[in-house]
Amino acid sequence: MIKKILIANRGEIAARIIRACKKQGIQTVAVYSEADQKAPYVFMADESFLLGPPRVVESYLNMEKILRIAKETNADAIHPGYGFLSENDQFEKKCTAAGIIFIGPTGDVMNKMGSKIAARAAMQEAGVPIVPGTDGVIDTAEDAVKVANEIGYPIMLKASAGGGGIGMQVVHTDDELIKAFAGNSKRAQTFFGDGAMFMEKKLDHARHIEIQILADQHGNVVHLFERECSIQRRNQKVVEEAPSTFISDQTRQKMGEAAINAVKTLGYTNAGTIEFLVDEQEQFYFLEMNTRIQVEHPVTEEITGMDIVEEQIHIANGKALTIEQGDLKIDGHAIEVRIYAEDPVTFFPSPGHITTFTKPIGERIRNEVAVTENYDVTPFYDPMIGKLIVKGSTRDEAIKQLIEALQQYKIEGIKTNIPMLLKVIDSDRFKAGDTTTAFVEEHYLPTV
Amino acid sequence: MEEIKASMAGSVWKITVSQGESVEEDQDIVILESMKMEIPIGAEEAGTVKEIKVAEGDFVNEGDVIAIIE
Repeated sequence: MIKKILIANRGEIAARIIRACKKQGIQTVAVYSEADQKAPYVFMADESFLLGPPRVVESYLNMEKILRIAKETNADAIHPGYGFLSENDQFEKKCTAAGIIFIGPTGDVMNKMGSKIAARAAMQEAGVPIVPGTDGVIDTAEDAVKVANEIGYPIMLKASAGGGGIGMQVVHTDDELIKAFAGNSKRAQTFFGDGAMFMEKKLDHARHIEIQILADQHGNVVHLFERECSIQRRNQKVVEEAPSTFISDQTRQKMGEAAINAVKTLGYTNAGTIEFLVDEQEQFYFLEMNTRIQVEHPVTEEITGMDIVEEQIHIANGKALTIEQGDLKIDGHAIEVRIYAEDPVTFFPSPGHITTFTKPIGERIRNEVAVTENYDVTPFYDPMIGKLIVKGSTRDEAIKQLIEALQQYKIEGIKTNIPMLLKVIDSDRFKAGDTTTAFVEEHYLPTV
Repeated sequence: MEEIKASMAGSVWKITVSQGESVEEDQDIVILESMKMEIPIGAEEAGTVKEIKVAEGDFVNEGDVIAIIE
């Protein structure tokens, strides 16, 4: 049984995991960089240890140091959160070799899903539809042009090891593709240590809809329905909701079954998410699998009543799932918005000192925050400083609630995307559920 | 003379010009990395790079002078 967990992460997700541990009477160990010494999560944990300087290679990506702290504090398990080491198969292997439970899937499955090219092949094998595109790595810009003309423009050029929108670009012509190919490959090499590129057809008017799954070590798999995450800027999610306004019950069921099949074929365990693109005809295509907890997991928790982090720990403990698919029902509607420290018009980062920080409060309002008043937001990490989640018995109710909550939110000293979020949520198009991945680009005009 | 200043705090990811090089208006001088985003900092007017005050990997605060263009 896991008695003590080291959280190899920072910010709101570290706080979220510590909360889940406290609920189960599990001891917690936090780790932090010099830039995060005053972060709220550092003070929530039972024990906290400095990893090193702010740069991620010297702190949150320092596997040896994290493992050493885990051993010295007698932690039984490590929760990697999202980002950082969460999808690093080598880290999972090192944890296991050190006799520490990694709360997540095995490194082998992670490795397969981490390469988007291998993931496409694996999904095809599991009978899950994939976006039309290349079967393997494209080596040169010349080859890329040849294949692009077979698939047809617009094309989404992607890095096999990519994530967070890095190494990814939409191209419409041969010229654009040639220019984009080298740059994105180089960027992927810099960020992920792997410059392999592939291409997918860019689907028009598509939506990003993902299925949350839970799989135990005994072969039981359930899905916790979908999240619609189409509203994105710079290929990163901004607004997420559950359930989707778009798909029918029949499609929901088909997507859920496809996700379960994929997970069973892979032999995947723990919590995971299969992301799909869904076109106007409700045809769905595999996009990628996230082998970890996701930023937007709270909306699923709100509509199902499940605690996904708690389930992750149960699964890591070797326990069987206590729920079956038939037990799960969608209750109400939940929406999450990500609060970013950035300019609401240009989306450029806005690090700095927070002088005022007042969160909205209400019965159906959930705050997951990484910062406090009188706090320095540093430029070293992702700009997300918090998440605001609301629940309503209907989507209309949730939207009304969210607008009020966003209006109550008061952050001074840095710029945030709150004005942008209000404009999006309070728009006719969002209210009508007309949300595609092109929403921000087509609809959000920089007039805030 | 124009002082090129950092528009936000971050680290210097790449320096794209060298001392003595002539640059055009809007040409990128350095690329900063802040909050996992690359932010190009360009010249506001054409001129010659007189001095580069930072090195790749350096941390800069908002308003710090990065380079001087003449």
